[in-house]
Amino acid sequence: MSGKKRLIDENGLRVDGRRWNELRPLKIEVGILSNVDGSARIIQGKTHILVGVYGPRESFAKHVSLPDRSVVRCRYRMAPFSVEERKSPAPSRREIELSKVIREALEPAILVEEFPRTIIDIFIEVLEADGGTRCASITAASVALADAGIPMKDLVAACAVGKADGKLIVDLSDMEDKYGEADVPVAIMPNKNIITLLQMDGTLTSDEFNALLQLAMKGCKRIHEVQRKALKDGFGEIKNLVLEE
Amino acid sequence: MMITPLPVNRDLILGSLSKGVRSDGRRLDEYRPIKFEFNVISKANGSASVRIGDTYVLVGVKAEIGKPFPDTPDEGVLIVNSEFVPLASPQFEAGPPDENSIELARVIDRGLRHGGAVDFKDLCIIPNEKVWILWVDIYVLDHGGDLFDATALASIAALMVTKIPVVVVEGSQIVVREEKRPLKIVDYPVSVTINKIGNYLLLDPTLEELELVEARLTMFTNSKGEICAVQKGLPGAFTYDEVMKSVELAKSKGRELRSILLESFNNWDKNVRGALNGV
Repeated sequence: MSGKKRLIDENGLRVDGRRWNELRPLKIEVGILSNVDGSARIIQGKTHILVGVYGPRESFAKHVSLPDRSVVRCRYRMAPFSVEERKSPAPSRREIELSKVIREALEPAILVEEFPRTIIDIFIEVLEADGGTRCASITAASVALADAGIPMKDLVAACAVGKADGKLIVDLSDMEDKYGEADVPVAIMPNKNIITLLQMDGTLTSDEFNALLQLAMKGCKRIHEVQRKALKDGFGEIKNLVLEE
Repeated sequence: MMITPLPVNRDLILGSLSKGVRSDGRRLDEYRPIKFEFNVISKANGSASVRIGDTYVLVGVKAEIGKPFPDTPDEGVLIVNSEFVPLASPQFEAGPPDENSIELARVIDRGLRHGGAVDFKDLCIIPNEKVWILWVDIYVLDHGGDLFDATALASIAALMVTKIPVVVVEGSQIVVREEKRPLKIVDYPVSVTINKIGNYLLLDPTLEELELVEARLTMFTNSKGEICAVQKGLPGAFTYDEVMKSVELAKSKGRELRSILLESFNNWDKNVRGALNGV
């Protein structure tokens, strides 16, 4: 996996000039779409995603609803022009898996028992992808759910961490994701301090894994501050944020 | 695809978990008996079935010659697919793979790949042009609870007994010989899936226990004890402490599963060789 490409230079700087513990500039906008119940836009580095939420609404197909709770559905899709080589608009296996893990990362926070026999639909459109799309999707979707007025126990904030050129890093770009040694997307409910998304791709010792999980949780907490600001003011951002060591 | 939930005695299961025993007498971190069968399908290049209690899965490997991916021109290709066939559970419906089946296949793929199971360079025939493509097809035949760990074991087991034809390159021609050779297996990644019910973490749930599982964490480890793939599933959550406890479980139980795998393989291998030598 780790190719010849150097991801961290002799000054310890990453390909885009960031330090190992530095997040990319992050912007979250709320309520940007008119026809959905809740919406958000997230721009994290070059990654650019729109999320729209409908619901809780009655389901047209009765068989998908449940008598004791609302059913959460999630569709994550990448636009054909969002990546270097045109992506076919047909759903890929990756998109189907990501739709599932994103839904399962958001669902623990939603009070689904309050709305039996209804559907909550989350539509995620990745307009430009430059690494960290699943995490940015979760961060934005959680804000969009709140914007739709859906009662939740907590927001869900997500942040990817990983390893490149033997160094632990936060908020991976596309290059670091592709050519690094490991990629660990994490989502947490920041107030409850519980983990709702955890995946890993690559090879790590358990000490590295432990350190990365803690780093990710720190990153999630800073992203959570931006989510809260966005919900309060309609807009939240961080320009360049270095996590404390 | 999970349609009708099984009727489950929640109080009974939680009551026994609180005593540290399960309804079938197992400890929380105990697997049901694990049984391997190797090369059960003669038309496959390699195959293995695994039973863990009632769970029964079969993996067949087919090898064919094809084009490498442009970013790895001198490496073979591994493709994992999985089928949850309807006879395995009343909850499985006929049709194309759904999200559960796709998730399983992709997680097994990552475990095998990052666990360094196969030497991909050994599968190169002509760089940029011809390499071996290994199709790993997972068949879930009887759903008894822990599909990730059973299919992970069956997948590496099937690769361990996979044989591909010896090929010779003569000019621009590829000559496929009748003679076959094994793959170069470099490591033996195994998966341990930690299931959370209330505050309890348990391994290898029965179907009844599975109905109560709020979240699961599948962790692959290699023989160095490194973690090589992780997947959290189901709409529940884990605390940081639970994740770190899971890491330790994945390492210690992973070692146990790996030694059962290698012992079963060695016994089978000895018998096959014995039979060939007329013993």
